[in-house]
Amino acid sequence: MATTASGRVTGVNGNMVNVRFSSQVIKNEVGYIHVGDTRLKSEIIRITDGIASLQVYEMTGGIAVGDEVEFTGEMLSVELGPGLLTQVFDGLQNPLPGLAEKCGFFLERGVYLDPLPDKEWDFTPTKNAGDTVIAGDSFGYVPEGIFRHEIMVPFTLQGEWRIKTIAEKGMHRSHETICVIEDGKGNERELSMIITQPVKVAIKGYADRVMPDEPMVTKIRIIDTFLPVAKGGTYCIPGPFGAGKTVLQHLTSRNADVDIVIIAACGERAGEVVEVLKEFPELSDPKTGKSLMERTIIICNTSSMPVAAREASVYTAVTMAEYYRNMGLDVLLLADSTSRWAQAMREMSGRLEEIPGDEAFPAYLESRIAEFYERAGKVRLRDGRTGSVTIGGTVSPAGGNFEEPVTQATLKVVGAFHGLSRERSDARKYPAIDPLDSWSKYSGIIDRNKVDEAYSYLRRGSEVGQMMKVVGEEGTSLDDYVIYQKGEFLDAVYLQQNSFDPVDSTVTVDRQRLVFSVLYDILTSTFSLEDKKDARLFFNELRQRFLDWNGTAETDERFSALEKDLKAFYQGRRK
Amino acid sequence: MQKIYTKIESIVGNVITVRAEGVRNNDLAEITTSRGKGYANVIKLDGDKVSLQVFQGAMGVSTGDSVRFLGVPMRVSFSDNLLGRVFDGAGKPRDNGPELTDNMIEIGGPSVNPARRILPNKMIRTGIPMIDVFNTLVESQKLPIFSVSGEPYNQLLARIAMQAEVDIIVLGGMGLKYDDYLFFKNTLESSGAMSRTIMFIHTASDPTVECTLVPDLSLAVAERFALQGKKVLVLLTDMTNFCDSLKETAITMEQVPSNRGYPGDLYSALASRYEKAVSFEGAGSVTILGVTTMPGDDVTHPVPDNTGYITEGQYYLRHGHIEPFGSLSRLKQNVNKDTRPDHRALMDGMIKLYSAYQDSLEKRSMGFMMSDWDEKLLKYGAAFESRMMDLSVNIPLEEALDEGWKILAECFEPNETGLRSDLIEQYWPK
Repeated sequence: MATTASGRVTGVNGNMVNVRFSSQVIKNEVGYIHVGDTRLKSEIIRITDGIASLQVYEMTGGIAVGDEVEFTGEMLSVELGPGLLTQVFDGLQNPLPGLAEKCGFFLERGVYLDPLPDKEWDFTPTKNAGDTVIAGDSFGYVPEGIFRHEIMVPFTLQGEWRIKTIAEKGMHRSHETICVIEDGKGNERELSMIITQPVKVAIKGYADRVMPDEPMVTKIRIIDTFLPVAKGGTYCIPGPFGAGKTVLQHLTSRNADVDIVIIAACGERAGEVVEVLKEFPELSDPKTGKSLMERTIIICNTSSMPVAAREASVYTAVTMAEYYRNMGLDVLLLADSTSRWAQAMREMSGRLEEIPGDEAFPAYLESRIAEFYERAGKVRLRDGRTGSVTIGGTVSPAGGNFEEPVTQATLKVVGAFHGLSRERSDARKYPAIDPLDSWSKYSGIIDRNKVDEAYSYLRRGSEVGQMMKVVGEEGTSLDDYVIYQKGEFLDAVYLQQNSFDPVDSTVTVDRQRLVFSVLYDILTSTFSLEDKKDARLFFNELRQRFLDWNGTAETDERFSALEKDLKAFYQGRRK
Repeated sequence: MQKIYTKIESIVGNVITVRAEGVRNNDLAEITTSRGKGYANVIKLDGDKVSLQVFQGAMGVSTGDSVRFLGVPMRVSFSDNLLGRVFDGAGKPRDNGPELTDNMIEIGGPSVNPARRILPNKMIRTGIPMIDVFNTLVESQKLPIFSVSGEPYNQLLARIAMQAEVDIIVLGGMGLKYDDYLFFKNTLESSGAMSRTIMFIHTASDPTVECTLVPDLSLAVAERFALQGKKVLVLLTDMTNFCDSLKETAITMEQVPSNRGYPGDLYSALASRYEKAVSFEGAGSVTILGVTTMPGDDVTHPVPDNTGYITEGQYYLRHGHIEPFGSLSRLKQNVNKDTRPDHRALMDGMIKLYSAYQDSLEKRSMGFMMSDWDEKLLKYGAAFESRMMDLSVNIPLEEALDEGWKILAECFEPNETGLRSDLIEQYWPK
């Protein structure tokens, strides 16, 4: 790429600009449109008959036909290196606090800051001059917070390279050249701690992909026990507005037992991001005890920010996730919401006058969604360690109806489905995940057979409940009624979780196992109950005791006493 | 750039096309027709073909009419002179007052940097118990009133406008019936609130394009006042008309419709307006209360549906009162912990009992026997509806909480309410 092209604007339509270019351009190449003194970042998304169509990552007001466009010869990229953690970026990796310092309250267009500050890091080389490296190999590391941040050879390099010089151990600035490599033809490359990586190209540089088999614990019972997510897996949370998607994502971002969490707030309310921004520095990471912010990156392209950048934001986020994965870390990417990302694609597709598919979404919606979720996975690195990227995306289906293109396309490619229901959230049942509609293909922390058996009570209980609505309690047999009560009991004491209770809101794996074993025992026991009233009273009392036990910390002295009482209570009524 | 173009090549709907050079996207143009002068703004550029939407509508526009580009985007004057004035959707006076041209500001400006937002924590008192007690309105919140045609939503808005403790009220009317406009004007004038009110009114008979400009005009002005340290309340009625106008324009422009004819960017269009609600650190705030009428009382209709995903809760106005179920202020927990110690508990307790009342009501309508408990609930429900839910009730929060305790005491024994004993001890009327 010796020369870069330039061009002139020939048309503007919404956030799409047509440009006639000189020499050659690349699809997905970044260009800057000059409007007065500002340069507006944009990306080529189509080239037809010598005209490049650019989606502009900013508002397009003020652009005139004839305005100059300068192309960069590079695809839309992010900078990867030490210093990413704790930062808050917009969808194009502009640091928002930095922008605020520069521009004040408002997001001025055309201002692009360095995403990674040129800070000094304590570099330790792990390779020597003369060693051979290929793309993705680590040649040293710096400490970043609690992590060993590997400094890697750019993932886009082809072929084998030999290290010519490498910096000594000591403090180095992140933008400074710390390593020079050359290939067999005498080409030289200078490497710093910072890599530029195109966002729409998945990062490789690992040995192979392996099955995601280890559960990612969220400390939410219904997820860990019944609808587990694996490290390296994918899941989606569709739900109507007000059902608690974002709350669930926030709790997961706090409690998930992963090394790094990347939150991609994509086209949602700015206020919700502010909550995270203000709360996370105060909260401590359950794993390390440090501030939660130290393991977090926030990519924030809220609903009122330019639409095209929203489309880029999920790619920016997943690229960062893959980068940290290649250091042998477990990364969780939470995208809220993927529907807004899909809508951004739809908007662009409309401007391009493409033939629309279902609900005017472009025909390539499914393949784009699949491509995105496929960037999750667990990998074995060349040194034998493993790392993973887990992706959890919320979906905001129009009208809360799951039969719409984005939900359906997502369900095809994810490993777990946590569908939120309006009925459950209206009934203040938290989390509002519908246990009967949802599913997971991963194995969780408890034996699958037992979980399935517990599930059967829930299913049959719900069937009896439906029937009872028609024939009344009188028309239901005692046996059926007990099954109904068991289903309700399971829902009340296990599936629901009190998010305001300091003990009940987060439940460890050990505790889930213990509580589940008691629950399982109750579900599979036969009790001597005289009539329905007796059954109702028995289960009411049992529920009350179980909930008291749920609300008591394991360290509390009453914990084992409550457990004993509970067991004595139901075992005494066993047939 | 003062060149005048007199060859309009096409007129489709409210969009005209001329051939011109050096024109910028979103620029404003003056168009002189047989009906007088009007404005239009650039919405699309294709080579030298410039498409403009004509604010007053393209009806009566001749292909020989003249178009003069002004070289600036749509702007509105901003100063204290706006207070007490009424404008139309193009920013022109509707009240026979002088046209304002000083200190012009752009409309539809950039969004606020999330890193500079602060957590909202100040309550806005309205004197309406269903809002103050049960779904508190918070400064910088964006909240729609979901309603159906025929409900008194404009009366509700006018009451909030008069009573809310804010410095400035900006009323954006879209597709208002002329009667409703007069109602707002008379109510605000007679209550003395007019001197702190600015109105941008598009009535149902005005050109469609002007309807789409009302929110931007209102919010641009509100934002400037907020930056000067003012607490601003923006009332937008009715946002469904705004969306329908967007739909009309999009269809004219031959955009591919997404859902029930609405353009694919409906969500972004609504979000960019609602997200203007903000608290500025060290300055004022913008709070948005909108009305969204739900065609056919269907909350899954694209307009209420997209709105619900954007706003921080919603009030359902049904049968003349704000529904206790479904209505939600997502920010209420930020403020109701600091009002009075019994606020949260009383709010939850009363709603739970009201929900039990609904069950009893259902039982009664199905002809089941009423137990003592049912009778108590029925008494409670009636009292709750007449003394809390009725929109004519107008009392401050503290009185409303006291009234709540009074209702409970008249209907129940303390241990039947499910409220904590320490609160009962302190507040139960003796």
